[in-house]
Amino acid sequence: MIAELGQYILILALLVALVQCVLPLVGSLTKQHAWQYLARPTAWLQFALVAGAYGCLLTGFLRDDFSIAYVAEHSNHLLPTPYKVAAVWGGHEGSLMLWILMLSVWTSLVAYFSKSLPIGIISRVLSVLGFISVGFILFILFTSNPFLRELPIPAEGRDLNPLLQDPGLVIHPPMLYMGYVGMSVAFAFAIAALITGRLDSAWSRWSRPWTVIAWSFLTLGIGLGSWWAYYELGWGGWWFWDPVENASLMPWLVSTALIHSLMVTEKRGGFKAWTVLLAIAAFSLSLLGTFLVRSGVLTSVHAFAADPTRGIFVLCFLAIVVGSSLTLFAWRAPKVTLGGTMGLLSRETFMLINSVLLSVATAAVLLGTLYPLVIDALNLGKLSVGPPYFNLVFAPLMVPILFLLIPGTVAKWRNANLQDMFMHLRWTALVSVVLGASLPFLMGEWSFGVFLGWTLGLWVGLGTLQHMVERVLKPGRIGGSFWGQHFAHLGLAIVVLGVTGVKSFEVERDVKMAIGDEVTIQPYVFRLNAMGEVKGPNYTASQAQIEVFNSGESTEILKPEKRHYLSSAMPMTEAAISSNLWRDLYVSLGDPLPGDAHQWSMRIYYKPFVPWLWVGVLVMVLGGLLASLDRRYRRASAQSPLQTAGQALSMGADGEEGVMHEREIGGDSLESLSPEAVNSQEQSLEADTTAHELPQSPSLHTDSGVQSAT
Amino acid sequence: MKKFLIPLVLFVVLVVFLAVGLRRDPHEIPSPLINRAAPDFSLQTLSGNTPFSPQDYKGRVWMLNVWATWCVSCREEHPVLVAFAKQIGVPIVGLSYKEIQPQDDPEKKLTPDAQLSLARSRGSVWLERHGNPYTLSVMDLDGRVGIDYGVYGVPETYIIDKNGVIRYKQIGPVTPQILTETLLPIIRGLENS
Repeated sequence: MIAELGQYILILALLVALVQCVLPLVGSLTKQHAWQYLARPTAWLQFALVAGAYGCLLTGFLRDDFSIAYVAEHSNHLLPTPYKVAAVWGGHEGSLMLWILMLSVWTSLVAYFSKSLPIGIISRVLSVLGFISVGFILFILFTSNPFLRELPIPAEGRDLNPLLQDPGLVIHPPMLYMGYVGMSVAFAFAIAALITGRLDSAWSRWSRPWTVIAWSFLTLGIGLGSWWAYYELGWGGWWFWDPVENASLMPWLVSTALIHSLMVTEKRGGFKAWTVLLAIAAFSLSLLGTFLVRSGVLTSVHAFAADPTRGIFVLCFLAIVVGSSLTLFAWRAPKVTLGGTMGLLSRETFMLINSVLLSVATAAVLLGTLYPLVIDALNLGKLSVGPPYFNLVFAPLMVPILFLLIPGTVAKWRNANLQDMFMHLRWTALVSVVLGASLPFLMGEWSFGVFLGWTLGLWVGLGTLQHMVERVLKPGRIGGSFWGQHFAHLGLAIVVLGVTGVKSFEVERDVKMAIGDEVTIQPYVFRLNAMGEVKGPNYTASQAQIEVFNSGESTEILKPEKRHYLSSAMPMTEAAISSNLWRDLYVSLGDPLPGDAHQWSMRIYYKPFVPWLWVGVLVMVLGGLLASLDRRYRRASAQSPLQTAGQALSMGADGEEGVMHEREIGGDSLESLSPEAVNSQEQSLEADTTAHELPQSPSLHTDSGVQSAT
Repeated sequence: MKKFLIPLVLFVVLVVFLAVGLRRDPHEIPSPLINRAAPDFSLQTLSGNTPFSPQDYKGRVWMLNVWATWCVSCREEHPVLVAFAKQIGVPIVGLSYKEIQPQDDPEKKLTPDAQLSLARSRGSVWLERHGNPYTLSVMDLDGRVGIDYGVYGVPETYIIDKNGVIRYKQIGPVTPQILTETLLPIIRGLENS
């Protein structure tokens, strides 16, 4: 019953999604308020239904209902309960269920936290989200139904892929999907703004927290995926430039650019068309990622079942969503006015360079990912593009991004003074270069690569710290977005230092060992003491006991395993890792070698700075969360006096909606009203909660105030 | 206006490539052995009769099908071969590929002879249960012949012509559709040439 119930609920959800998609949009175009107000309740109802359908599938897993084909394929009586929960998204159909569940969560959150938004905007935003939901539920119902029965009922399920039976994999997909799907919110805001023609600082302020939260989830999801690959796949690598990894990296790069570009749009009214394009691109790349992963069009270590009908469906959906958005863009964007003037050297310039470099990096990754496909499509043969290409193209693009990051945070809006900036940063620059040049000697080996990587990492880290200290010493409340920005940059610095460290100083030994053999990687000695058998709930494993000596002293025993899951012929490697702040010792057990003596192939790796990658990612995520929780995004009701003044000016036009609208007055004149705003020529703008609520963008309200007309 | 159309145009190009790419299988890797002489070998057979060599089938069109009892996809493919064996009408030689896996013999105690007899008994039991479409089956225990033929997954199927030249290689399970639409026409064509 549960499967049929789930399917019916899903069909109901589809119908509600259709209503959510059509009526509010039509209502907003024909000015029928009642229809517009349907947006929120339908969003909540849709969430309840999707969650219900998801719950039915989950129940199937928890009850070991192997009459449901999907459950039989991805679960097993012996599977521990947490993995049964995770097994729901262990396959194609279930991961799409997770996708739409996430989408409905995001949609409901937008519906809930948008009380201050004009109904005309929110109805359009929810309508766009409803459209995406319609597409994906149709996709599930027509090509990937998880509720299909299998008769006769198998006595036992096939079990979840052992690779996925791991805590990292339990949380990695939900986080990544929260990120992917979260990009739909920024996308929906962009489309809503394009439909109304209102691309202004209010729009960018509404989009920012959503984009930043989605970005945080995406960052965390990618980080978790990398961490899982590192300890579970047993190769000791943490990034492989695999098409599926690239599919997650591309939206990340673009959304990073989007976050920065949104800031310029909010504060200076600039880059509007560009920001909208980035918002469309971020979500399109998420969809493209879904397409690449789900269609099997590219080969990947993430071996998902390939099914051409699914590929065709996603491709058509991609074509409709992205094609129509870009058409809308081409139609509306030319009417967008340019933002305030910007000097050749100004914070805007740095943001522009940031955007361009990140976009070029995205294009490079996209090219490398799709190149094999393009070559094949042109009948030029089969080939694959590997890490050498990506490293060669990606690293040089990161160098200017990292170098310009610090001047970018120090530069003033509109017009910055090169000499001031130089004087301000000269000691930080000097210290970074000196440390970057000398620290490699401590590690025993100097190379230009380490010098460059560490200097840039230190530059970003120290420059960020300097800025934080300077700001803390100044009076005034510091907003969440200030901390967010700087923690994110600090996290990036830690990752850069870590990546450079591990790439430059890792030592990898692939050896064969018999009992009693020793392998030395100064100052560590690894000795194979014993081999044994251990039993898990649904596997048996060979386990090696490797004693580690540090400078002659026994420090610990590492126990790498080779697991044989009962339901699968494929053995799984379970690496043993000893971590401290500075390094990982990574031991992974291979196959026994043929021959007389009992010997095993063994990977013994010394990986310095790997923990820095995970710490850096977490600090970045922390930054994202702090920024998105900034009070000013939730200040709709508690307005500052200045803002109220601004609103009073615009009351005439907007009175009916009773929502704050910024009114176009020359940014300068209002800025000069506030003594704080004058100070904000310093970067307190970023941190301040009051000053930049001011309308600063001489943008196009008056000529496109569709909202005020309703 | 024009510059705002650029993203749309780029996207359309991308979609065209994706649409074309979708119609191809990235796993389909052309074998360099196509139109080359089938590598020679001489291997023990499952039934224990005289060793088999491709030379024995000179002048005939035949199929070489790589299988193993541990191979899951083979269970999917096998009924197809059994059902169509008559219709195929040419000898199907099974290549029992690395029947004894490392986990079957973790202590490395089995002698080559013991391995061969274990593989034979396992293979016979399996064929008895699932049906035997093979004219004969050869035992490639160490996978050497598999390497010569460029086997990188089980099952795989080769079509070899009268002159001992490999004409076609099917990677992955043979389905009724692949069999009737691809393999049979090739076999018929080669038989008539």
